[in-house]
Formats: sequence, C-alpha cells, structure tokens
Amino acid sequence: MSSGSQIALVAVAAGLACSLAGVFLVLRRLAMVADAISHAVLPGLVAGYVLANGPNLLFGFLGAVVSGLLTVYLVETLNKTRRVTSDTAIGLVFPAMFALGVYVISRYFPNLHIDTDAVLHGEIAFAPFDTLALGGREYGPVSFWVLGGLGLFNALVLTALYKELKLATFDAALSATLGFAPVVLHYVLMTVVAVTTVGAFSAVGAILAVALIVVPAVTASLLTTRLNQLIPLAIAVGVGSALAGYGLATLWNVSISGMMASTLGAVFFLALLFAPARGIISQWSRRRRQREEFATDVLLIHLATHLSTPEEAVESTLLHIERELGWSPDRASQIAVRAERAGLLQARSGSLQLTQEGQARATQVAAH
Amino acid sequence: MNLLADYTLRNVALGSLVLGVVSGVLGCFAVLRRQGLMGDALSHAALPGVCLAYMATGLKTPLVLMAGAAASGLVGMLLILTTIRRTRVDQGSALAVVLTWFFGIGVVLLTVVQKRNDANQAGLDKFLFGQAAALIAEQVATMAVLGLLCLIVVSLLFKEFKVVSFDPEFAQTVGLDTGRLGALLSGLLVVAIVIGLNTVGVILMSAMLVAPAAAARQWTNSLGTMVWLAATIGASAGVCGALLSVFQENVPTGPAIVLVLSAATAFSLFFGSARGLAWSRRRARVAT
Repeated sequence: MSSGSQIALVAVAAGLACSLAGVFLVLRRLAMVADAISHAVLPGLVAGYVLANGPNLLFGFLGAVVSGLLTVYLVETLNKTRRVTSDTAIGLVFPAMFALGVYVISRYFPNLHIDTDAVLHGEIAFAPFDTLALGGREYGPVSFWVLGGLGLFNALVLTALYKELKLATFDAALSATLGFAPVVLHYVLMTVVAVTTVGAFSAVGAILAVALIVVPAVTASLLTTRLNQLIPLAIAVGVGSALAGYGLATLWNVSISGMMASTLGAVFFLALLFAPARGIISQWSRRRRQREEFATDVLLIHLATHLSTPEEAVESTLLHIERELGWSPDRASQIAVRAERAGLLQARSGSLQLTQEGQARATQVAAH
Repeated sequence: MNLLADYTLRNVALGSLVLGVVSGVLGCFAVLRRQGLMGDALSHAALPGVCLAYMATGLKTPLVLMAGAAASGLVGMLLILTTIRRTRVDQGSALAVVLTWFFGIGVVLLTVVQKRNDANQAGLDKFLFGQAAALIAEQVATMAVLGLLCLIVVSLLFKEFKVVSFDPEFAQTVGLDTGRLGALLSGLLVVAIVIGLNTVGVILMSAMLVAPAAAARQWTNSLGTMVWLAATIGASAGVCGALLSVFQENVPTGPAIVLVLSAATAFSLFFGSARGLAWSRRRARVAT
C-alpha cells in the first residue's frame, strides 16, 4: 500500500474515533477539557518511560491516560471547593501538569527524546514509517490499528450507554433521580476522551487531536438540534475534513496535521456563517425580514386608521408617512413598494390606498 | 559573582518580573469575567499572525512579531465573542475551535516559511514556545513599555473595569459602554499574552493569567487589594522561577515559573486568609 493511502486510512480512523468521543463532551460544554487533557498527559508519558525503563508503547499509553484522568479529577476537586470557577480550575491544572512534565524531562532526562514542541504539533506524515509487523508480515501503520480500535471502542461505549448519556446530558437532575450515577457516567465519558486524545495525539499531534474531537461536534450542533442527526453529521465533518485536509496538504506540500486542523476550522466557519437556521447570515436575514414585516404592518395600520376620514388625502401621502413614522425617504418608499408588491396597497398619484387584502391584514394585525 | 551584572540573568529576571506584574493585574479581570481560558486560546491564536508578520516583512524584530501576534490574537478574540453572542455554542467550545483552527493555520504557515529556504527564519517557532533564557535587552524593553501602557490604561479606567467585571447590567444602566469596555479589557489581555509568549510560551501563558489572580482571590474580598496581590504574586513567582532556572542546570524558565506559581496557588487555596479551605474546615468543625 502506498504511504499516501496509508496516511488517508489513518486520517479516516482518527476522524471517526475523535468525532465520536467529542459529541457528548461538546454537548456537556466540556470542550476545553479535551485541550487540558491533551497538554496534561506529558508527566504521565514520563512516568511510563521511567516505569518501563525506556520507551514502551503500552506503558506510555497507560501513563498518559492516567495522567489525563488525574487532570479531570483535579479539576473536579478544585470545582467542588467552590473557591474558583470551572474555567479557572482547568486553567490552573493543565499548565501545572505540563510544566511538571517539562521540568522533569529537562532536569532528569536531558537526553530523552520527548520533544515537547512535537507533542503539540505531531505529524501524521510519519504514520507509515511505524508499521504493525506480526510474524514477518506487515499490516499497515500502527496508528491505524490504534485509532481504528479506539473508533470501535468509542462506538461500543456510546451505543451501550446512549440512553444514559443522553439523559444525563440533557436532564442531569432526572438522570440522577433515576439512579444513573452521574459521577460514574462522567468518568466513563472522560476515560473515552482521555484514551482517544492519547491515542490520537501520538499519531496526529495534540492540537489536531483536540480539533478532531471538538470541531466536528460543534459544527454539527450548528446544523441540527437532533442528537440522532448530530452524531452522523459530526462523523461526516470529522472524516471529510481530515481527508480534504490531507488532499490539500499534498497539493500545496504543507504540514498535513496543520492543514487538517485548518480545514476543520474552515468547515466550522462556513457552518457559522451559512447554517440554515442558526447561521449568522440566516439570523441576520431573518431579523431583517421581521423588521420589514413589522414596518409593513405599521404602515397598513396607519393607512387603515385614516381610511375614509377627512384627513385621508393628507395622511396617505408618502411624505407625510415619512414624517409621522420617522422613516427615511428610502425606507418609506422601500416599505411601500414591498407592500404594493404583496398586493396590500396601491400607489395612486402620490397617495397610498389600501387594497381589500391590505384592509383585511390591518384589521387582523390590529386585533392582536 | 555580581548578580545584577550578569546579562542573561538580568534579562530573564526583568522579563519575568514584567510579565508577572502585567499578567497578574489583567488576569484578575479575566478570572472575574470567567475568561480564564481565553488566555490559552488567544496565545495559540497568535501563531498565524507571527508567521504572516515575518512573511510580510522578513524581519524577526520583537515588535514586528508581537504586532503580528496581537493582530491575529484580536481576530481570534472577535471570532470567539461573535460565536458566543450569535449562536448557542458555549464559550469552551468556541475557545477550543478557534484555538485549534488558528494554531493549525499557523503550523501550515510555518511549513510554508520553512520551505522558503532563507536561513533567517530559523527559530521563528521559538518565539511562541518561549525561551526566556534567550531574551535580549531589546525584547525586555519592548515588554516593559507595552506592559506599562497596559497598567496605565487599567489604573485610569479601574472603576469602569471593576463595574463591568462584576455587574455588566448595572454598568449598562449607569451609562457605561459595556461592549467597548469589555473589548478593551480583552484587547489588553491580548497585549499581556503577546508579552508572555516570548518568556513562558503558548501553553504556560494561561497559568500566568489565571494562577496569580486565583491565588490573590483567596486572601481578600476587595478588587483593589486583589489586583495588587496578584501583581506581587506574579512578579515574585516570575523572579523566583527565573532564579531557579538560572542556578539549576537544565531547567527551563517557563515551567519553573509556573511550578512556583502553582505552589503559591495551592498554598493560597488552603491558607488564604479570606477563603482558605483550612480555615473554613476548622470553622465548620467548631460550629458542630
């Protein structure tokens, strides 16, 4: 298999595993916990190195996961003292863990090859160099099997605990009353996130791991409010962006991890602008339409009030309406044209006259 | 050995001192406005700006890189605030999205710069990951001037910032422009972050903002005292960390400062005179 298709396979596996892990994390408003975990695993990696007396995949992995869970526990404990807010608690714990890791490495293992920068922006491009070899045969990149396994694991956990997680996320009180042990669920979810972060960052770097966990779920939440649509959408965004990012990186010959994270962000940004109901542009045009509808109603009521009165001739000129309703000439004619197009009024020699429909509409609005 | 005459030590200690004071003061407002993690997101968001500033000018002078960092930090901040205000996306998610997006773009730009084959670009990434030991006098001077500007603005607008941080609705009713004051505070935060990138680096910057404020908060219930205390704690931790790193072999400055700060915060959480856990436990025991 070419190294290109191997990287693509790793990207798909990473996108799947991470976006699954991120769904409930984002819905529970804990996105920054993923960032904290990804930075706080450093002392655990060191501990794994010391315990195994050298570089060891399993010990490093376990040490990092324990370190990530310890971070979650410390944040929770700090929260419970109620001396600091939850974001402060996160901001206190993970830099301390990271600093501890860097301190221990530079002080006691100055020759150890853990490049702290590389932990941050690790490179998926190296994935094909580390292949799984069993009985003299090679079975593709190790990170593909690790991430594929994690994807499967996450899918199993989410399927098994779907109902419980859903209830605990959307109605914590009811879930606790029903005896769903919120603390246990929280730590199950956090274990999923920690294991996924650790598994992903050795392959794709910490920042891309966090991006793949958080961005798909956030983007999907802009596009739908239904959980059963949100999960497949998140997976599609995660896998799709990872593949597209890989394609663009090869095209422009730039960092693959960086390009994947950039693509994820760009997809989020597009959703932020153009999402059908919650996007900024649709919100803006909805507000604009509501303002115009309201202005039209005001105009209709104004005309209806003076209908068949002696002042009608004066009151129904555009100039008078501008002054009375405090509109600019542009706005007044714009609203009048809009109403005329809708068949609500007719303009005759400078004065506006309600049609049958216009009168009906005015009566209906006034009755509210 | 004459301590003050040692060039490296003087620069590292002075740089860390400036950073400690400025981030201590601005961190108080960030923590009170629940924007503690904003520092983490914005320091990551500075990377593309640093690369673009270098690509546009070909210069690596501190002021150019700092201006680039500040510009992309501000864009990131605007994007975060717009997302939170306009959609139902929560603050943490918005921070995480902008952080990873901008950092990803920055990593891409770094590879672009590295491919241009000019020897001058070497060490551009070091600007972000902090290497206090390599601080030069010019950088320290830039940091000091920027920091002083921040402190002047805070002292001039202290009352306004106080009201906006504690009670934005009240601030609005008394006729303060809360939007603009909030943006100004966040803008100052960006300046503090830019000052710190050089010294402690992207990841540890959030501790520089959060920890002194969180520690100071446990000793007092008055914002004025808290700000002074946080500045003192930040400055002392900065100098202690700098000294530790200079006198011990193989200890980088940033992590040393953050470890000192974390110890100070842990101590304050337990023994702080206003809200220390030790006292409230004893009080609870006496009461029962």
